[in-house]
Amino acid sequence: MTITDKRETQEVPLTAHSGSFANSAFTGLSTFAASLILVLLAAVAAFLITEAWPALTDGGAVLAEKVQWIKPEDGESLIQVIGYLVFGTVLISTIALLIATPLSIGIALFISHYAPRRLAAGLGYLIDLLAAIPSVVYGLWGAIVLIPVLQPFYQWLGSTFGWIPLFTPNPLTGEVSPTGRVALSASIVLAIMIIPIITAVTREVFLQTPKLHEEAALAMGATRWEMIRMAVFPFGRSGMIGATMLGLGRALGETMAVYMILSVGLSYSFNILQSGEHNTIASYIAGQFPEANSYGVSALIAMGLALFIITLLVNMLARWIVSRRSEFSGAN
Amino acid sequence: MTDRTLTDTSALGELTYRRKFVNSGMTVLVYIAFAVALIPLVWLSYTVLTRGVDRFMVNSNGDHVFNLEFLQQSMRGVFGGSPEGGILHAMWGTVIITGVAALISIPIGLLTSIYLVEYGKGRLKSAVTFFVDVMTGIPSIVAGLFAYALFAILFGPGTKTAVTGAVALSVLMIPVVVRASEEMLRLVPNELREASYALGVPKYLTVLKIVIRTAFAGITTGVTLAIARVIGETAPLLIAVGVADSLNFNAFSGRMMTLPVYIVSEWRKGEAVCNNPDVLCVPEITEYRAWAAALVLILIVMALNLVARLISKYFSPKTGR
Repeated sequence: MTITDKRETQEVPLTAHSGSFANSAFTGLSTFAASLILVLLAAVAAFLITEAWPALTDGGAVLAEKVQWIKPEDGESLIQVIGYLVFGTVLISTIALLIATPLSIGIALFISHYAPRRLAAGLGYLIDLLAAIPSVVYGLWGAIVLIPVLQPFYQWLGSTFGWIPLFTPNPLTGEVSPTGRVALSASIVLAIMIIPIITAVTREVFLQTPKLHEEAALAMGATRWEMIRMAVFPFGRSGMIGATMLGLGRALGETMAVYMILSVGLSYSFNILQSGEHNTIASYIAGQFPEANSYGVSALIAMGLALFIITLLVNMLARWIVSRRSEFSGAN
Repeated sequence: MTDRTLTDTSALGELTYRRKFVNSGMTVLVYIAFAVALIPLVWLSYTVLTRGVDRFMVNSNGDHVFNLEFLQQSMRGVFGGSPEGGILHAMWGTVIITGVAALISIPIGLLTSIYLVEYGKGRLKSAVTFFVDVMTGIPSIVAGLFAYALFAILFGPGTKTAVTGAVALSVLMIPVVVRASEEMLRLVPNELREASYALGVPKYLTVLKIVIRTAFAGITTGVTLAIARVIGETAPLLIAVGVADSLNFNAFSGRMMTLPVYIVSEWRKGEAVCNNPDVLCVPEITEYRAWAAALVLILIVMALNLVARLISKYFSPKTGR
């Protein structure tokens, strides 16, 4: 009975090569989808350039007449405003990344190699949930709850470490910003926002470290930290860089948290405890877009183009770093 | 040679105090990192939970009883500090816009990742890999500007519809889906593919029945994370869809409210001004609404994650870890 059953199932043409049409159709479909990505990206660049064209080609005077926030007489032509904003964006994101990366790698290690096995799954789930908290909620929380708590800390930072240019108090009042709506607040909230992202990716990579590599390191007499340095980090290096890149990408383009927290201004100041000195491109666009006329929209899209180019450069740099290292992959 | 194997030191040398110290120091640092990062995250959840309940404790008569009016009303005809108005329109907007975005993104993203892992070769593959990475870094607000520019050119300036927003979200979602599923497809051991080929199974069936089946859990997690990422996107929707006060079910015409945009617009209103003592007025109502909407948004995201978790738990093949 069972033998005949087996024979019959073997007759089922599961293994036949009758799928040649379906095979090529599927190949074509997936190739089409992949090509669509290239078309989409080209469209993003093309449409942004088309819409930004009026602002990019107009003489400064015409644009200044039609767009209220472009004031060449105050040293705020479109290019100069973009310069201030690029500086603010890079400054705030870099500080956020400096705070977030070491913490994230620590958390990922904790979940993958330090926490008890039974707890690890739950903690990983927790981080997954936290990665999904929307940026607007972080912004709301940062603006209403976090800043009042951080302000006394800034006060202390300003009075104790005021000799570091980053933390210098206002020379007129001798105080740091009383509202706390400063670049460092934005950076801290951005760091909190990107920690779950960097952690989620890094943790996955750490967990994929071949067990044999780890055991080999331990068998050589390595301590746990040495095992991590010898087996886990080399295996996960490209993953860590990729994760940091994801975090930087989010920090550079993050709009709402900065928009809701930062008291904005335009300057090249490294002073991250003063309010009204910095702004980011994304936050500037979000702030100006609702009231913009068609020329204003065009100028803002030109800014968006600048942001797009910056993130493009960051990604290409990260790509280059990753490609310098050989990558292990199960699928060759 | 024999001498060396007989000593009690390992291949890495003696277990010095320095090595012990570094090891325990790093252990402490790793624990501290986890604790430090958990503080703001627990704090945020607690705040949203406690403050989010406030709006549900005020009904339109100004009584402090638990009610669900917030989920049943839109903001149509709600003015000043009146303790009414809710997120019905915003919830529908979020569902419609995110749904359309997912419909666009998941097939494209999944097929692209299959192309990259199973079929891709030569210049197209490296170009797609490279540009997916580039797309991952597209800031959300730029995606919003793109969708706005696209629809402004195709349908006239100032076209703001739900589909505009969905296109913006797709730009953000596609690379996340591609990256997540590509990563998972790559983890499928080659031995499984080879075993399938050895049985004479055509390639597309191998991909559909073996590779995707094996990687299903990871792909689900990736897709959920992608949805969870875009469901909270505010900036592109602010630009591409705008704000609205009433229900709109038509994805192709008219503005639509979404939950994240609702949070910002309520927060922006600031405290309501209560001048007329005859009119029922709660000054903090806008903040109540913002927190309550944040609570609902987070609950939706959590539910999504839970569903994905359950799917991946029951449908994925068991692995060693």
